[in-house]
Amino acid sequence: MKSGESCDEIRLLMQADVDGELQAAESARVAAHLGTCPACAELQTRLIALSGALRRDVPRHRAPGHLREAVRKRVGASEVGRPRSLRRWSTGALAAGALAAGVAFLSLLPIRDAGPGINPDFIVASHIRALQPQHLLDVVSTDQHTVKPWFAGRLPFAPPVQDLAAKGFPLVGARLDHVPGNAAAALVYKRREHIIDLFVWPAEPDESTAGATGTREGYNYIHWWANGMIFWAVSDLNARELAEFASLWR
Amino acid sequence: MPDPARLRVENVVLTHLDAAYSLARWLVRAPHFAEDVVQEAVLRGLSYFASFRGEDGRAWLMRIVRNTAYTMLAARRQGGQAAEQGQGLDGDMVRNLPDTGEGPDAALSRLEDAARLEQALAALPIELRECIVLKELEELSYKEIAQVTGVPIGTVMSRLWRARRALLVQEGAAGEER
Repeated sequence: MKSGESCDEIRLLMQADVDGELQAAESARVAAHLGTCPACAELQTRLIALSGALRRDVPRHRAPGHLREAVRKRVGASEVGRPRSLRRWSTGALAAGALAAGVAFLSLLPIRDAGPGINPDFIVASHIRALQPQHLLDVVSTDQHTVKPWFAGRLPFAPPVQDLAAKGFPLVGARLDHVPGNAAAALVYKRREHIIDLFVWPAEPDESTAGATGTREGYNYIHWWANGMIFWAVSDLNARELAEFASLWR
Repeated sequence: MPDPARLRVENVVLTHLDAAYSLARWLVRAPHFAEDVVQEAVLRGLSYFASFRGEDGRAWLMRIVRNTAYTMLAARRQGGQAAEQGQGLDGDMVRNLPDTGEGPDAALSRLEDAARLEQALAALPIELRECIVLKELEELSYKEIAQVTGVPIGTVMSRLWRARRALLVQEGAAGEER
């Protein structure tokens, strides 16, 4: 017999658990129910299998080249003039007002600092910049024994390099990057179609930011410190798998 | 001097273009129509840049894409044209299928399963389809899906549940046929 909770009550929670949306306590509630209810346990197995099949077998379409080109042109063209629709309204005051609002908003942005001079916004911006064509990799290699020596002579420190291909996070290469005040190594990993950047540079530990995680612009990040180095992992991969990546690395 | 908010929007648009196109493609289910939706959404995004408050750029863009797709689907329906097409297995899909290195029989069976799953997904009502696509293909959180679709998180959860139940039922039926 089931203890306490009915199957109907538990279903949305169980789904949220599969989707990585639950805190530990709620997750434990789900686990307790599944332990006593074979029907729900079987349903959970099927939900997980369905999720895997969707991610593996259903295409995430990529924008065709000509569409990307058209959008790039449109975006580039509008850097010079105002966008078409604003021009059509011919109310300069509207555009000026919008501009003023934008500037006012920027000046109100809180400074979200997560370390001496480094914050998640900066790391995520570096990651986004690297995703632009031809910016991602300076050295293409899936071999940690190629990547590690490649940094020698290019950086004033030797970043640790490890391949996690066996754990589902293959190393694809590396590049040199910069963070304020430091040159950094950026190790590049993949999980399915998702790129993970791991920024590494030497720094003193700062307890206030150790273990920081969060989201900016739809990108998840995790920050830790080990053996005299700062680590920032950034990706559009979901937070749960990125945490798995970080714990494998640590 | 370009407006910083503008530059951020342009950056967001180029960075998340694949996600925008994939969502449009899954909503309208036709490649060329999806391109029109993305082009229109980009225009809207550039016009509304002042409404971009520096929140999650991907969710902001996808919300515009989603709303644009709904508007254009409605306009098509009013115009009396076939609103949606291309439910079947298309060439892209076959090319995108992973080569798993299985034997021919197993590979064929996988291909059939994958095609069936894609068809079942394409056949879901649009409000269920968008939730499952945003969750499983774009890997958005419940909160982000709620932002994109403009409904409360509770509704996102029940729609996801209905979508998955429908896919599981369909899958079960296919299993019994064999």
